[in-house]
Amino acid sequence: MELFDKLAYYLSYPLVQYALIVGVLIALCSSLLGVTLVLKRLSFIGDGLSHVAFGAMAFAVVLNFTNQMLLILPVTVVVAILLLCTGKNTKIKGDAAIAMLSVGALALGYLVLNIFPEMVKSGNVAGDVCSTLFGSASLLTLSSKDVWLCIGLSVFVIAIFIFFYHKLFAITFDENFAAATGVKVQAYNILLATVIAVVIVLAMKLVGSLLISALIIFPTMSAMRIFKSFRSVIICSAVLSVFCAFSGMLVSIIFSTPVGATVVAADIVMFGIFALIGKFRG
Amino acid sequence: MAQLICENVIMGYEKKAVTHSINFKLEQGDYLYIIGDNGSGKSTLIKGILGLCKPMEGKISFGDGLKQNEIGYMPQQTIVQKDFPASVEEIIISGCLNRSGLRPFYTKKDKQLMDEMLLKMEILDLKKRSYRELSGGQQQRVLLARALCATQKMLLLDEPVAGLDPETILEFYELLKKLNREDGITIIMVSHDLPAVSQYASHVLNLVKEPVFFGTKDEYIKAGEGV
Repeated sequence: MELFDKLAYYLSYPLVQYALIVGVLIALCSSLLGVTLVLKRLSFIGDGLSHVAFGAMAFAVVLNFTNQMLLILPVTVVVAILLLCTGKNTKIKGDAAIAMLSVGALALGYLVLNIFPEMVKSGNVAGDVCSTLFGSASLLTLSSKDVWLCIGLSVFVIAIFIFFYHKLFAITFDENFAAATGVKVQAYNILLATVIAVVIVLAMKLVGSLLISALIIFPTMSAMRIFKSFRSVIICSAVLSVFCAFSGMLVSIIFSTPVGATVVAADIVMFGIFALIGKFRG
Repeated sequence: MAQLICENVIMGYEKKAVTHSINFKLEQGDYLYIIGDNGSGKSTLIKGILGLCKPMEGKISFGDGLKQNEIGYMPQQTIVQKDFPASVEEIIISGCLNRSGLRPFYTKKDKQLMDEMLLKMEILDLKKRSYRELSGGQQQRVLLARALCATQKMLLLDEPVAGLDPETILEFYELLKKLNREDGITIIMVSHDLPAVSQYASHVLNLVKEPVFFGTKDEYIKAGEGV
């Protein structure tokens, strides 16, 4: 009972409620996109883009932007579009391009933060970097404005996903066929890239940039162990992701463990369970 | 009027030509084999016909009420599809997308069409099955059904029998023959399977020759191009 009292006590705080709402929404959005990304063999785009977002954030800090999002969001969107839409005829192939951008942005971001440490408000470069990479208590410092922004963007992502669901399926399963039948593949890829960038910038707040990949990959991979149609995989991964995010955050509140890492741990456990069930079912 | 006309078409990318000048006309009900070695520009020509890339020179035009996005395309299988979680019905009905515009859902008519195609391909019992669990031959039938949802007039197949066993290949060819003879669907087939040419083709396009050879099957055999 003590546990529940403790939980109820924490949950009465609006800040904790905000964190839960935002966390669940981000988990939902990233799992929806995750299915498409994993199946398109772009699992690592989450990792790459989040590092780019980190780099952009570092520059925003150094350049003293009052609203960092004004720099982070456009940069991430542009990079996402470049990565997703350059196609097969580029000189640098997809996985190498993602890896280069990811490492490069991370390094440059860290570099400028260290060259201009006086611009970092907290005065603690290492601590700031660590919290952007691994997520942090920043989830508990959300304002109601942040929460509404997050709700708005999530609704936007989900609406796009539902409205273009069949087209997304077609370009994920077979881009050539979709293009041949007149689906504007390039336009949908740009749309997808934009949405992904938005979700990743959002998700950085929850789990930090290093762990975003986990949110994108794990629910999808777990769902694919058991379910065999596109629709059931998507529904399952959305439910699973929300469940893991919610329970992970509750656990992290009770035992004061790091939020991001706990959520990912929950995802790993669920993957193990699903993989076992999938195996036994043959 | 011909369904598909290629006039002095040269395909290529990044300003480098990969084909010689191509000239041919297809009427409804023709069965064309496109042959040629790797690198002779077969896939590029297909992309041109589908409108996925523009010819460097010349003109590809359509007639007889055929629109470019009404060609039923059956691409080669990709690695992505090998473990893709999708049910057979999800895949087949995606062939109807060329008629749905911005509408976010499929209509009853689309679903009826899907059922007809399942029946025609004799895979009605696979409707709810997962694509990745099917045999190679069954997967090809699913992709063919999808292509048929997109077209009533012209099918374009890119090496559809690669990697199948001889018996499945024969069944697949007979299926195509039926579509060609009974439903009058024009078929364009890219293939390495030369013996099949003399058996099924009505016309042959050989991209290796310069000038590019186009003619009926009999002309092709007479020209002694080896069959």
